[in-house]
Amino acid sequence: MHPYMMIRGLTILLIFQSLGEMSAHVLNGAIPGPVVGLLLLLMFLVIRGGVPASISTAADGLLAHLSIFFIPAAVGVMLYVSTLASTGAAWAFAIALSTGASITVTALVLRAMSPRIDEADTPDSSADAQ
Amino acid sequence: MTTTSNFPVGLERLADIWVYLAATPLFGLTLTLAAYVVADSIYQRSNKFPLANPVLIAVASIVTVLWLSDTSYEAYFQGAQFVHFLLGTATVALAVPLARLWRELTARALPLLIAMFAGAATSVIVAIGVAKLLTAPPVMLASLLPKSVTAPIAMGIAAQIGGSPTLAAVFALSTGIFGALIATPLLNALGIRDWSQRGFAVGVSAHGIGTARAYSVHPRAGAYASLGMGLHALLGALLLPWVARWVM
Repeated sequence: MHPYMMIRGLTILLIFQSLGEMSAHVLNGAIPGPVVGLLLLLMFLVIRGGVPASISTAADGLLAHLSIFFIPAAVGVMLYVSTLASTGAAWAFAIALSTGASITVTALVLRAMSPRIDEADTPDSSADAQ
Repeated sequence: MTTTSNFPVGLERLADIWVYLAATPLFGLTLTLAAYVVADSIYQRSNKFPLANPVLIAVASIVTVLWLSDTSYEAYFQGAQFVHFLLGTATVALAVPLARLWRELTARALPLLIAMFAGAATSVIVAIGVAKLLTAPPVMLASLLPKSVTAPIAMGIAAQIGGSPTLAAVFALSTGIFGALIATPLLNALGIRDWSQRGFAVGVSAHGIGTARAYSVHPRAGAYASLGMGLHALLGALLLPWVARWVM
């Protein structure tokens, strides 16, 4: 990957992020700027009919380590969770059960409505299966 | 330099350097990246074992360091904000895997939408049901309702329906981490083998951190997870304030 591609791609992503922030401001903040930016970039790429190498390079670089970007906010949350212990465990039960139920229902409904799968595209046949 | 303490001169100097570093953005930024590098190497070495989730390990180590060094979150965030800022840029970048899959996604639009609605409704009904059964107060119910939507949107919805934005952020992030931990064993137990179905279910239920987990396992699962997260974010922002009126 060429470093210049990365910078060009990042520039384009930042421009769409800015456009998203501006549109979100006009929309009174009902939808966050980055989500509007995602939609604008998606529209641009679909109309253009393909992803330029520069945007691919920057996006793949960011998404390969998506986890890291959640850390600062999650640290704030965990510092806060310790003060939540006194409010009981109702919320923890609610989150654990509903998240498990939601994953189960989404996956089963989607499978029920999908044609038989291509066996080459399953966890069992993939190199990084677990 | 004041030398009023009992420290030997060398340690006194060290303490001064620490005070200086802790007051610059360098500390929070280095700590965040170092914690991630260590956490990710543990995650990779464990063959991406779900419980070795890199967000969870990095956050636990950072919280420990902040606690031991008596550093405030504000001081830490001075440096960490640069990483936090890029979360927005990474969100925009999620358009790329969706654009690559565009033709396939439009062909499957109806099943994907129906599955999304089913999962989103399950999340709300079970979360509110369990919390009511355990007699949680109304503020907590209103903050739990949007927990499967990505954190910034969940905070906005909670504020709109009488919840607390801070609690909503706590619940949304806890949901993301919990979903990332249980997704692989749960989907294996259910016999769901298609990467698109696995990824989509995680994205709808456990938004960003679930999507990060899906990406680390398989690019196709990651692309479908970002679609699930994005659809849930958009429809959640529009519909959840209205849903709140009759489930709470």
